[in-house]
Amino acid sequence: MSTQVFKKDIEKVPSRNGYGEGLVVAGEKDENVVVLCADLTESTRSHLFQDKFPKRFIEVGVAEQALATIASGMANYGKIPFISSFAVFSPGRNWEQIRTTICLNDVPVKIAGSHAGIIVGPDGATHQMLEDIAIMRALPNMIVIAPADAIETKKAVIEAAKNEKPTYIRFSREETPVFTTEKSPFKIGRAESLWETKSPQVAIIACGSLVYEALLAAKELDNSKIETLVINCHTIKLLDEQAIIRAAKTTGAIVTVEEHQITGGLGGAVSEVLARNFPVPMGFVGMPDSFGESGKPSELLAKYKMKSVDIAKAVKRVIKLKTS
Amino acid sequence: MTTKELEKKANEIRQEVIRMFVAAGSGHAAGSLGMADVFTALYFKILTHDPKRPTWKKRDRLILSNGHICPVRYAAMAHSGYFPISELKTLRELGSRLQGHPERTRYSGFETTSGPLGCGLAQAAGIAYAARMDGARFRTFCITSDGEHDSGNHWEAVMFAGKNKLSNLTCFVDRNFIQSDGDTEDVMPLEPLKEKYEAFNWHVIDIDGHNMEEIINAVTKARMESEEPTVIIANITPGKGVSFMEDLPEWHGKVPNKEEAGKALEELKVAAKEIRKKKEDD
Repeated sequence: MSTQVFKKDIEKVPSRNGYGEGLVVAGEKDENVVVLCADLTESTRSHLFQDKFPKRFIEVGVAEQALATIASGMANYGKIPFISSFAVFSPGRNWEQIRTTICLNDVPVKIAGSHAGIIVGPDGATHQMLEDIAIMRALPNMIVIAPADAIETKKAVIEAAKNEKPTYIRFSREETPVFTTEKSPFKIGRAESLWETKSPQVAIIACGSLVYEALLAAKELDNSKIETLVINCHTIKLLDEQAIIRAAKTTGAIVTVEEHQITGGLGGAVSEVLARNFPVPMGFVGMPDSFGESGKPSELLAKYKMKSVDIAKAVKRVIKLKTS
Repeated sequence: MTTKELEKKANEIRQEVIRMFVAAGSGHAAGSLGMADVFTALYFKILTHDPKRPTWKKRDRLILSNGHICPVRYAAMAHSGYFPISELKTLRELGSRLQGHPERTRYSGFETTSGPLGCGLAQAAGIAYAARMDGARFRTFCITSDGEHDSGNHWEAVMFAGKNKLSNLTCFVDRNFIQSDGDTEDVMPLEPLKEKYEAFNWHVIDIDGHNMEEIINAVTKARMESEEPTVIIANITPGKGVSFMEDLPEWHGKVPNKEEAGKALEELKVAAKEIRKKKEDD
């Protein structure tokens, strides 16, 4: 992790920037990488790729179903298409096309869901995609990744270009703290332990933009002598089951943290693994079966209880469950 | 193949699909019978392909968008040597490569997975676009139903192909005027279809979809077009070749029982004799 991780002035960058930068690197490494966009080129940072490789950039207009299906054809031929839009439109609007023409077809289209989560903020509930992990992780053949910051998003893009599988990557519009470094390990399907203590009572398993809040919570809890583990579970489908089971065995309690509906997301995925293998008390931090609304990102995270203070509360609750 | 030989083959394909329907017990009879001539022309005359090398890079791509008429594709492919004709009777059975709707991962020769309507042309356009990027010379064909022209995804692809002047793309419309809920013009009127495609910058050819020469000539014209994608509106009689199925929407989503199949095969055998009597015309 960055040495600046708990500094007040930690650098903040939108993770979508990592997407654009990752596309350029992936495009340089493999000339089969192409990028398709549905009228959101600059918003998704796809323009970084377009500027560098104009002939490999394809504009389809406000047509997310075409976005997925044209990409399916290109991948079928031998290209490695990344399709860029807001998560609420892709995979929100074109889910069946993704299911049939990408997953069942088993062609390596990479779906980039930008502006995911509630921190898209002022745009309001229509644009706050909080169900995408659930709908994507239900799909056979699909890999689902929610990187923790801009650097990790860049790495996820570069790795996804090579994995030969349908892959979904969700990331944010807003600036979020950059706490991983170029040297931090990243492998699709491998959860990373970010915070370790001698005798942790709870493991906090987080993904996406809220991994940072989980770290803040761990530090706050440490100050009040509650030891925890924090795991960055960026890959939600192709889930690192061993790491999750190990964490449950070590701590005996789990709290999951995600900027997504509690139903069907990372929390659901983790609890499915533990129910089968090593059931322990669990707490869930995420959207409580509700739509969002307009507001500043920090206001929304506070209102819907996804801040570090809420994670800390969930940790304390689950400790009580453990001992009751 | 000569025109007469193609007609004979189309008749064999129709008989084959009738037998497949009886074995499978479910499916969509009218569409497969209606498109038997187009599929025969494609697999036995038009396509640059090699049944022994279904993933040959230079092959023409044939994308079936309306996957529910796959029995006619399966039959045409088996008869051209992709897989044994004996395999056709496994249609819709557990473990068969010949699923109720075609799946690419079961057999690469099907090119795509299809059934949910409206998304075949976009995939074909994606292939054609990628091929042009690489300077590949093959042609991409797409078969679509008229009913699926209700779908937004299809028109998104029509716009995309028109914008990008994908002249290496040819789309057939199975214009049989029936869909699940009845006449296409009652369910959601498509006419004037020709003018709609023209407005989207497509080259339009209107043909009798049961006339081998018209089918073949239309593709020749499509190959000569260098500015626009071509759509061949093939006017089709659904259920063609079986008198009691022709033009009846109720045969869209069902198959004949054994007795009906027997009658259908008798009719087709009579038709085959008539084809044999015809003078060779080329």
